[in-house]
Amino acid sequence: MDTSFMQSQVFLYIEGAKLTLYLASIGILFAILVGLLCSIIRYLNIPIIRQIVGVYIELSRNTPLLIQLFFLYFGLPKIGILLSSKQCAIIGLTFLGGSYMAEAFRTGLDNVAHIQKDIALSLGMTQIQVFQYVVLPQAISNSIPVFCSNIIFLMKETSVFSAVALADLMFVTKDLIGIYYKTDEALFMLVVSYLILLLPISIGCTLLERKVRYAEYGNRSAI
Amino acid sequence: MKEMMLEVEHLKKSYDNKNLILDDITFSIKKGEVISILGPSGCGKSTLLKCLNGLESVDEGVIKLKGEKIETEKRKIHKIREKIGMVFQSYDLFPHMTIMENLVLAPRKVQKRKKEEIQEEAKQLLIRVGLLDKKDNYPRQLSGGQKQRVAIVRALLMKPEVLLLDEITAALDPEMVCEVLQVVLELAKTGMTMIIVTHELQFAKAVADTIIFMEKGRIIEINHPEQFFSIPKTDRAKQFLESRGKFQ
Repeated sequence: MDTSFMQSQVFLYIEGAKLTLYLASIGILFAILVGLLCSIIRYLNIPIIRQIVGVYIELSRNTPLLIQLFFLYFGLPKIGILLSSKQCAIIGLTFLGGSYMAEAFRTGLDNVAHIQKDIALSLGMTQIQVFQYVVLPQAISNSIPVFCSNIIFLMKETSVFSAVALADLMFVTKDLIGIYYKTDEALFMLVVSYLILLLPISIGCTLLERKVRYAEYGNRSAI
Repeated sequence: MKEMMLEVEHLKKSYDNKNLILDDITFSIKKGEVISILGPSGCGKSTLLKCLNGLESVDEGVIKLKGEKIETEKRKIHKIREKIGMVFQSYDLFPHMTIMENLVLAPRKVQKRKKEEIQEEAKQLLIRVGLLDKKDNYPRQLSGGQKQRVAIVRALLMKPEVLLLDEITAALDPEMVCEVLQVVLELAKTGMTMIIVTHELQFAKAVADTIIFMEKGRIIEINHPEQFFSIPKTDRAKQFLESRGKFQ
């Protein structure tokens, strides 16, 4: 492998990684908010909105991100809505991630024991207080493992952003291959870049999981 | 004459309008009195407690607390629950909070009392149940019996007028039953009004002023414990006691 070539192109990868990280952080943050909102709507069983959320989740989970991006980037201008590449990427990632996050939180909510609600109610708390102080913290803790794997999944999904003309890591790689025909070097640097981005997140998630494991009732010995 | 605390009149409840879970339940409890409800599994004991606490709806009948009719309307029901505390069979605490946080939560959020004041009171009660050293532990670090004692303290901190205990020792290991029952016995001595659903007949005999025997959703017999355990009025109660090997 041509190491001097790799050295000379590192800056491109750094720029690409910055863009990937920037878009992914915003997209994932919005996805978490959308997911939380959707799961609460479903949990509280609000009629009509609940059905709309259901349709959204199925639509979002069962279509690829690439197609969703094409729709935003090439489809919407036909009805007069013009979005920039970055806007498309963030909206696309939010649209996809929102449903995955919603499902993660839903599992978390479903796994809070019913008796916990009864106990909290019997202490005179209102439904909202029960949800806020008793159900939600446990639900979030329950959903951390799935939540973490979702973040990593969404980070990896950003590799299709190049399709809407964004100079992310994948775009840089394809460019280098096209111009210099240095396929091995370019792909090697791509893999390393993703590892550098994702490994810390992965490790952070493992630590987070350990920290919130309190929600596992009784049996597990003290951490 | 002691003040009337809770009156239940002609309470009825069914699921799907078919199976009558509670059939014309009428009884009352005076301030400082302890009632034990006995009966075979599925006779409606636990459902009755949940109805008194508003966790289950009732179809017909009236519940009065200190002579005032309880509104089972959804918006007001949490006000009643402040006054009628309940401890459950499953000794669940809130797992994401320390013991002290478990105790402080409801008085703080529901009654808006000062945190320091509640903590001080909580400490006193924890001393009484012998668990002060656990106040900063998480529930998972406690045994079943310890958790149940904390659950009782948690209910007491709301200063309820009546305490409902729903088979609070049924899910505990035998060696832990005693420590929990001891706490309840002491509560009875301090004049706490309690309705206790239990399978521990000896305990019921020791703690109760009145025994209510239920079967198939109906009250079969209301009697003094001494009489109930020696010469029960009804054949059904007699059979029940014989089957438990406690008939003397």
